[in-house]
Amino acid sequence: MRWIREEGPLGDVVLSSRIRFARNLADSPFPPNMNEAIADAVVQRVRASILGDASPVKDDYQFFAMKDFSPRDRQIMVEKHLASPDLMEHPERAALLVDKSEQISIMINEEDHIRMQCICPGYQLDEAWHSLDNIDDIIESQLPYSFDENLGYLTCCPTNVGTGMRASIMMHLPGLVITGNMNSIIQAISKIGLTVRGLYGEGSEAIGNIYQISNQITLGVSEEEIISNLKAIAQQIIEKERMAREALVQNGGIKFKDNIWRALGTLTHAQIIDMREFMTLISKVRLGVDMGIIEGVSSKQLTEIMILGQPAHLSKYYQEELASISGDLDIIRAKMIKEKLNV
Amino acid sequence: MLCQECQKRPATVHMTKIINNKKTELHLCEECAEKRNDFNWFTPFSINDLFNSLMDTGIPSMAIDRKSNLYCNSCGMDYSQFKKTGRLGCPMCYKAFNNQLLPIIRRIQKGTQHIGKIPKKAGSELNVYREIQKLKAQLKKAVEREAFEEAAELRDRIRELEKRQSQEN
Repeated sequence: MRWIREEGPLGDVVLSSRIRFARNLADSPFPPNMNEAIADAVVQRVRASILGDASPVKDDYQFFAMKDFSPRDRQIMVEKHLASPDLMEHPERAALLVDKSEQISIMINEEDHIRMQCICPGYQLDEAWHSLDNIDDIIESQLPYSFDENLGYLTCCPTNVGTGMRASIMMHLPGLVITGNMNSIIQAISKIGLTVRGLYGEGSEAIGNIYQISNQITLGVSEEEIISNLKAIAQQIIEKERMAREALVQNGGIKFKDNIWRALGTLTHAQIIDMREFMTLISKVRLGVDMGIIEGVSSKQLTEIMILGQPAHLSKYYQEELASISGDLDIIRAKMIKEKLNV
Repeated sequence: MLCQECQKRPATVHMTKIINNKKTELHLCEECAEKRNDFNWFTPFSINDLFNSLMDTGIPSMAIDRKSNLYCNSCGMDYSQFKKTGRLGCPMCYKAFNNQLLPIIRRIQKGTQHIGKIPKKAGSELNVYREIQKLKAQLKKAVEREAFEEAAELRDRIRELEKRQSQEN
């Protein structure tokens, strides 16, 4: 995934930018209300719209039927943000199309027939939007979308109707959290039609000071407006975050630096690290790297470690070692960090 | 007032909790408030609760629907089922439950008119449809004016467009 491998614009605060479209076929019931035969037909039609001979992108995408994968492999797709946790609720009907760079993924039969998303590294909402808009046109040239002249794109849940678009920015905001400003920002944001979520979207907790900010309203606003509203708010948050970080360095002095270096020390020398501690330490070290306190570790490395440290990744890539330590992920997580940071 | 928890910093967060008619008041500073679970802003919040609360807030038409057992002809989805899950059964449900959905949509969205992207194919159908509606209005006026020649011309254009429309479908 590009956002894991590369650092993008404004990467000191913004980890990734994501655009998602919800689309449905006009002639089929929505996924929660469909039988197996209809689900299969929808999967095949969407698959053909991307991989069929008429598609200009047929060589760029790969198809995966969720039922062919183990629960762990499906979880890996979720941890990499290729698919949503909801897609895996019904593996028997769900499928996924992913482009070679793993930047665009098209979920089939999640809550809507089609949920496509594009994730770009750093602050690149427009880029994500244009890429996705293009794929949307390709699919639409092959399949009859459910579209109403008043309500726009019809979706399973009325919270997505209209543009069917969710734009979100994933940010690392330790400065605002430490200085105690985050709660008031969350409250202010929710008043202007935006929402704040954790690392893994809806219902997920904000661990490691990572927050996703996205639009709530999808009807009565254009795609451009949604993006420009989100950008306006994001820019203010980025600015405030940077100010908070400066203040922390100025006022915290040696104590602040001590705290950062201790986090790196623990991260690289601990023998057992649970998920919560892991995310907290990664956040502190990332702050240290972004503030130029820590050198020799890059934030790109930290993002990679953050994803590799998630449960399904650990259990897949350290299968053999895990067996010898009775499957203790916290031990293997500590080991993985040492390997990746060459300690 | 000082924070009840640390007794050091001034209390800036005030909360009144009422559980089983028992009232408790809390006055805390921001730091202590953040440490307490009472102030967990991240309580996961389900969309189902949202719909239920939106639908039980006394929109008069709602009460009638509870008895009349509304359902979608196209997919068989019962309106009461939607109220439980917040999920519709098929695109036609929007038509079937139009009167019930519009007030909800108006509340959770910014109005009820889409102003964003129009799909090219479905959109061209939409454009043809709009054109036909416009011509039909002109036709009606032409007939009223007894401008039959013009009316005949308009009728031919409408027929042509309708033919195109049915071919596309």
